[in-house]
Amino acid sequence: MSVNAQSTADPIIICRDVHKWYGNYHALRGISMDVRRGEVVVVFGPSGSGKSTFIRTINRLEEHQRGQIIVDGIELTHDVRNIERIRMETGMVFQQFNLFPHLTVIDNITLAPIWVRGWTKAQAEEIAMQLLKRVGIPEQARKYPGQLSGGQQQRVAIARALAMQPKIMLFDEPTSALDPEMIKEVLDVMVELAESGMTMIVVTHEMGFARAVADTMYFFDQGQIVESGTPDQMFGDPREARTKLFLSQVLSH
Amino acid sequence: MGANTPTVSKTAEVLPPPTERYSVVRWLHKNLFSTWYNALLTIVMLILATLAVRGVLEWALTQARWEVITVNLRLFMVGQYPVSALWRIWACVVLLAFLIGISWGIWGGMQRGGAVAFGALPFILAIITSDEPSRIALAITGIAGVVGYALNWRWGAALRRVSIIGWVLYIPILFVLVSGSGADDSLLPSVPTNLWGGLLLTLLLTVVGIVFSFPLGVVLALGRQSKLPVINWLCVVYIELIRGVPFISVLFMAQLMLPLFLPGVTIDRVVRAMAGVIIFSAAYLAENVRGGLQSIPRGQYEAARALGLSPWKMTLLIILPQALRAVIPILVGQFIALFKDTSLVVIVGLLDLMGIAKTVLAQPDFLGLQAEVYTFVAFVYGIFCYLMSAFSQRLEAKLHAGR
Repeated sequence: MSVNAQSTADPIIICRDVHKWYGNYHALRGISMDVRRGEVVVVFGPSGSGKSTFIRTINRLEEHQRGQIIVDGIELTHDVRNIERIRMETGMVFQQFNLFPHLTVIDNITLAPIWVRGWTKAQAEEIAMQLLKRVGIPEQARKYPGQLSGGQQQRVAIARALAMQPKIMLFDEPTSALDPEMIKEVLDVMVELAESGMTMIVVTHEMGFARAVADTMYFFDQGQIVESGTPDQMFGDPREARTKLFLSQVLSH
Repeated sequence: MGANTPTVSKTAEVLPPPTERYSVVRWLHKNLFSTWYNALLTIVMLILATLAVRGVLEWALTQARWEVITVNLRLFMVGQYPVSALWRIWACVVLLAFLIGISWGIWGGMQRGGAVAFGALPFILAIITSDEPSRIALAITGIAGVVGYALNWRWGAALRRVSIIGWVLYIPILFVLVSGSGADDSLLPSVPTNLWGGLLLTLLLTVVGIVFSFPLGVVLALGRQSKLPVINWLCVVYIELIRGVPFISVLFMAQLMLPLFLPGVTIDRVVRAMAGVIIFSAAYLAENVRGGLQSIPRGQYEAARALGLSPWKMTLLIILPQALRAVIPILVGQFIALFKDTSLVVIVGLLDLMGIAKTVLAQPDFLGLQAEVYTFVAFVYGIFCYLMSAFSQRLEAKLHAGR
């Protein structure tokens, strides 16, 4: 499968044989993946398969212990400046939103542009309001996160990540903590983002989303990539038995 | 959307909450006389309360010799501070009133009741007092407060920054005014610290204690969380060492041992006491702040790091604001304890409010008036503790807005 990825031009993320251990537990066992500019990647698999750990190694929230990760031409090493540069180019959206509860919505969004990118407050707020319009909640700008619904909070979290004008967006199970009626409003924003040409890696169980916008899907199990391919291949004719079994379980309800 | 929403049925009509009709009799019955033993308790307590209140009032209004307070009021307030320099203390008070007025809205919301009560206080005191200079000074204090409040009411948002700068500058101004500098014929002749006393000294010890021990405590708490072994170890040793000894021994150490550690440098006695207060308070503050730091979920750190914030910015912008907010009640509780603990400086020979009380009781004219003097001292301590506590509640309510 990596042959397939390697042949494509201009990869923005290159992962080669990435390993990660927690103590004696071997969480990632040689992950290799290339992501093109503008590609939408969906990573799925059973819980404990290492998919969240993997996505978190890309912006160094987790440290990999073997292998190589290169993001936009910068290799992730212990060099703190490299890590900070990669984090500036990489937006992340978490399962639990992780908005800053002591700041208003607009301050959540403008904090990093002001303090990391060094924009003026006026500049940052203008961009923030545009982003809030894009995710459909400009009227909530002066509220605190605790006053919003889960779906609204997650849309603010997406706007917050986008405010840094990242080249890559990472989504770590963005809809798993949401009530069912709020999942759609978040997925709609993500679909729009994918269609705008953003490079995205999405860990999710939302197979409808994967079918609609994914370019490539990766099935993880036990810290390895079992199988990858286009949504048509994966849904239509998965090669591996484990993929078949998992998909039948996820799609049956 | 409208077509799909199920219509609310008639039975599920929205009703107003049931109103309970209140009358005095009902309230009494419900709260005080609901059963025979509650009725009995009520009556017994009522009798006891009446006896106690009557006894206290009788003593306070007929027997107590309050002249011990009025005659020595200046001693209680500022100790031996020279009369010729008293205007400097008043200047500090006037400036404080102005600052409180100007920042009233920022920290407390514009509630009227508290503002009126606070603003009226100096005027009421001015009417009560018999001393002509004090009357004028109190009136000016009141006017300064009202002017500050009016400015804030008119241009609140614009003055926000001004008032913060004002508070930051207040502490050094306070010290320059109180201690003065230079020769006797200059505008601000220096007043040696052995003349400082009474409430003035108590408040100075408290303010300096809070202002300096707070940042030190925060640094120690962060240091204790540090992954660098040397810093971590130093902070743990400091915190555990200081928490392991009584406050009095820290005060003694500051008095006796600081000169030993720094030979050739004479450090003022009051400054040594302040150092003792700061050293002691910082260790406890550090543990309280650490409690707040531990209450911050891991996701907050991850979100901050994912946005590219450096460790320092993450700590200052994301972690500390939340951690400190979580422990406001504990911190204020500790500041109140610090305020009361300053009374222990009597042990090292300083005449704070408590020390002055002792010297007043030693005057031949006023022997045996402990009840009057200590009641007054308790009353003064009580007022300040109440103000600190009320301020913390306002602050909490303000900071928790919208959560």
